[in-house]
Amino acid sequence: MSFAASFQLAGPEAILAAAALALLVWGAFAHRAGAAFVGAASASLLIAAVVAVLGPHGRAFGGALIADPAAIFSKVVIYLASAAAIPLGQRWFARRGIERFEYAVLVILAALGMGMMVSAGDLIALYVSLELQSLALYVLAAFRRDDARSSEAGLKYFVLGALSSGLLLYGASLIYGFAGSTEFGAIAKAAGTGAGTGVLFGLVFLICGLGFKVSAAPFHMWTPDVYEGAPTPIVGFFAGAPKLAAMVLLARILVEAFGGAAHQWRQVLIAMALISVAVGAFAGLAQRNLKRLWAYSSIANIGYALVGLAAGGGAGVQSVLLFMVLYVVDVTGFFACLAALSRDGRSLETFDDFAGLMRERPGLCLAMTAFCLSAIGLPPFSGFWGKVFVFQAAIGAGLAPAAVIALVGSVVAAFYYLRLIRVMWLDPTPGATDAPPREAVAVTYASALFAFPAVMIALVALYPWARVAADSLTPR
Amino acid sequence: MLTLITFLPMLGVAGIMVLRQFAGPREEDRDNSARWIALATTTAVFALSVLLVLAFNPASSAFQFTEDAAWFAGLHYRMGVDGISVLFVLLTAFLMPLCILASWRSITQRVVEYMIAFLVLESLVIGVFCALDLIVFYLFFEGQLIPMFLIIGIWGGTNRVYAAFKFFLYTLLGSVLMLAAILAMIGMAHTSSIPALMAYRFSPAVQTWLWLAFFASFAVKLPMWPVHTWLPDAHVEAPTAGSVILAGILLKMGGYGFLRFSLPMFPNASVQFTPLIFALSVIAVIYTSLVAFRQTDMKKLIAYSSVAHMGFVTLGIFSGNVLGVQGALFQMLSHGVISGALFLCVGVVYDRMHTREIAFYGGIVNRMPLYAAVFMLFTMGNVGLPGTSGFVGEITALTGTYAASTWPAILAATGVILSAVYALTLYRNVVFGELVNPALAAIGDLERREALVFAPLIVATLVIGLQPALVFHITGASADHLVAVWRAASGR
Repeated sequence: MSFAASFQLAGPEAILAAAALALLVWGAFAHRAGAAFVGAASASLLIAAVVAVLGPHGRAFGGALIADPAAIFSKVVIYLASAAAIPLGQRWFARRGIERFEYAVLVILAALGMGMMVSAGDLIALYVSLELQSLALYVLAAFRRDDARSSEAGLKYFVLGALSSGLLLYGASLIYGFAGSTEFGAIAKAAGTGAGTGVLFGLVFLICGLGFKVSAAPFHMWTPDVYEGAPTPIVGFFAGAPKLAAMVLLARILVEAFGGAAHQWRQVLIAMALISVAVGAFAGLAQRNLKRLWAYSSIANIGYALVGLAAGGGAGVQSVLLFMVLYVVDVTGFFACLAALSRDGRSLETFDDFAGLMRERPGLCLAMTAFCLSAIGLPPFSGFWGKVFVFQAAIGAGLAPAAVIALVGSVVAAFYYLRLIRVMWLDPTPGATDAPPREAVAVTYASALFAFPAVMIALVALYPWARVAADSLTPR
Repeated sequence: MLTLITFLPMLGVAGIMVLRQFAGPREEDRDNSARWIALATTTAVFALSVLLVLAFNPASSAFQFTEDAAWFAGLHYRMGVDGISVLFVLLTAFLMPLCILASWRSITQRVVEYMIAFLVLESLVIGVFCALDLIVFYLFFEGQLIPMFLIIGIWGGTNRVYAAFKFFLYTLLGSVLMLAAILAMIGMAHTSSIPALMAYRFSPAVQTWLWLAFFASFAVKLPMWPVHTWLPDAHVEAPTAGSVILAGILLKMGGYGFLRFSLPMFPNASVQFTPLIFALSVIAVIYTSLVAFRQTDMKKLIAYSSVAHMGFVTLGIFSGNVLGVQGALFQMLSHGVISGALFLCVGVVYDRMHTREIAFYGGIVNRMPLYAAVFMLFTMGNVGLPGTSGFVGEITALTGTYAASTWPAILAATGVILSAVYALTLYRNVVFGELVNPALAAIGDLERREALVFAPLIVATLVIGLQPALVFHITGASADHLVAVWRAASGR
């Protein structure tokens, strides 16, 4: 494929990159009105990218960039979630007097990184795209630079993220050294039906590095602190789409490059999955801060997704794709709701803050209840379907014990979601909340309506689409 | 038809939400509009379900009124009823309007939400009995945790939060194991259709695991000893109508589950585990009867007596003969009416005195003669006096058990005596004796609304007690079919 043709395949990403740089320069020179324009332009660009990625399939730049149904499926979700994050965050920052145009540009750069992650076809592209995404997110986490907690979150995220990148890079170099190529297809040939010790060593490092990015236990240490410290709308952003991107990347490596060695990596994934479920369920019980709580909830959810991924094959990947999409919508909605609520200018963050929300803001409280029930995995909410898919794939692949353990873990986790519902519905309210911003309310309601009932119809389309996407990953 | 019955209450929910906008600014007007809509909707559902039973063909053991629409991932929206489920639909539709009426004055807080919760609950419960697809069944089965959690948690007694959590988590733990089994079954049989799975034969080793997973869910729901401990808490803390629904309908889902899934889908495992079930049932009957005798709280006493009565149900279900299965079904329906009525009886005095302590009462027959007569009838029904429906259920289930195994039947039969001991003691302590407590001096007899609630229950108890063939006629063909499957598996 010629260089020009390669660019055509990478069109949406190329335009996003160019636009991000142009907006950065423009914003630096435009003074006051800059942020609003950059925000609007960025959101529309991301929406346009959603349409643009629905283009042709193929491999560009010598196999480094893949445009297949799996990549396209993920990109649609990633760009939509990123587009939603922009107005949400801008209004939130404006209310706190720190409206800056860099926010929207950083979100585009992060989205670009994620888009390239899910398209990565070799180890170099994998590393570059992952770093692009991570660097943008480190800065975003520390975006409230006058706030000590936010700066701390950014620093923690950066230091631990750099460590994980180191692990990942070391693993990648080992794989290259022993397999003789950085390209996934060539690695698949070298790994065959069972990887040698060197390659396997590299793969484990790679899994650990990505485990950091998806915050799977035992690589989850940074998650609660970063979630607690970072600005709420930004947490909603990086708790959702980046996890999906890292999960798809992990699926691509495991299934496409190491599909023949499934028996070798499966146990690693199951161990990670079950530790995550246990940590997420039990550590979450002790949390009083909702952002920390949702950090543990996301650890547990990644555990469920990993159970599905451990199943491998088309069914496993399909279940992970569906699970992650439903999860992204839920988590976006939850943090949008959190961002919408404040009392006397102070964000609501602890259980006590949420007391009596049902009387105060019934609409938002119902949405919040829907997210909690969905997180418990109670039918007919979207979280239930996510669990059905991953555990069905796991049981189909003979991993019934792991599925049962994870399901029991979800019952333990149910306790803290129920506690939130109880506090919101039964406790007396401590006082009136501020009028919620329109953008956040819109995102909250849209996500809640997706969690139920829209999901029951959406899955009719999503399910076969995810199947096509999963099949494009699995080697024929 | 079934979809209409199932989702009509949801229409009522929509009606409540729309009409409250037009009902005027006064809280009271909105509450009243919610009450009337809820009553009208549940009554309409009852009328439809009566039509359903009349149109039902009792000669066939096949599913009737079936509906089928493809969904995604090979799932189908399938509905249908047979002789086992159709009467549960009727029971649910029968009790719901009475619950609404019983809550007419006793619920004054958040009336709109309360009525919505009950209508949603009705919809989900009817859905459980009509669903013919495993996943659809699970949707309804698990979904009703949400309204029930809120009903106990918001409108319950002093310790309601603890009770609501305990109810939710116990049930959820049982259900997720069932979910794992459901997913495994779909993976093996490549279908989620309940009729198809009934015809599918799992290997005996697999059956054992699947049976245990389903057992975990249904044993908690029913509840069986020793996983019954959530029930007294939930019953005591729930508002009166919530207790009626719990005892009258939700418990029956466990028995229904055994009849619908465990027996026909895993017959080998069911035969294999029969001794376990018999042992647990006999313990439940004797132990919880003794526990009931020691209670000082009226509702708790009736709650334990429910556990004991469910022991007869499980004995009958696993007896492996037509008499036992028929008896179990009958006992479930009869217990649905009688225990519901008993909880309503407690509710009547609780509404007046706001206490359920047995020691507080005594001698109220002097002030409430009509109430005493009604309470007497249902106490007798609970004891199993001939002429009431309780007698028919117990005697048939025990006869069926006797044919299967002598000792469990004899031991369980002592439960009939024990139930007379605690039920009559309760009745004597509350109703008879001297009226010593001065607070009771002004207690009033049943109001017209309350009498209206009890009248249908009295009729139902006596009619099916005196003419049980009405029920057996409808359940007959399906029970025969179920026992034929069992016989084939056990080789008897």
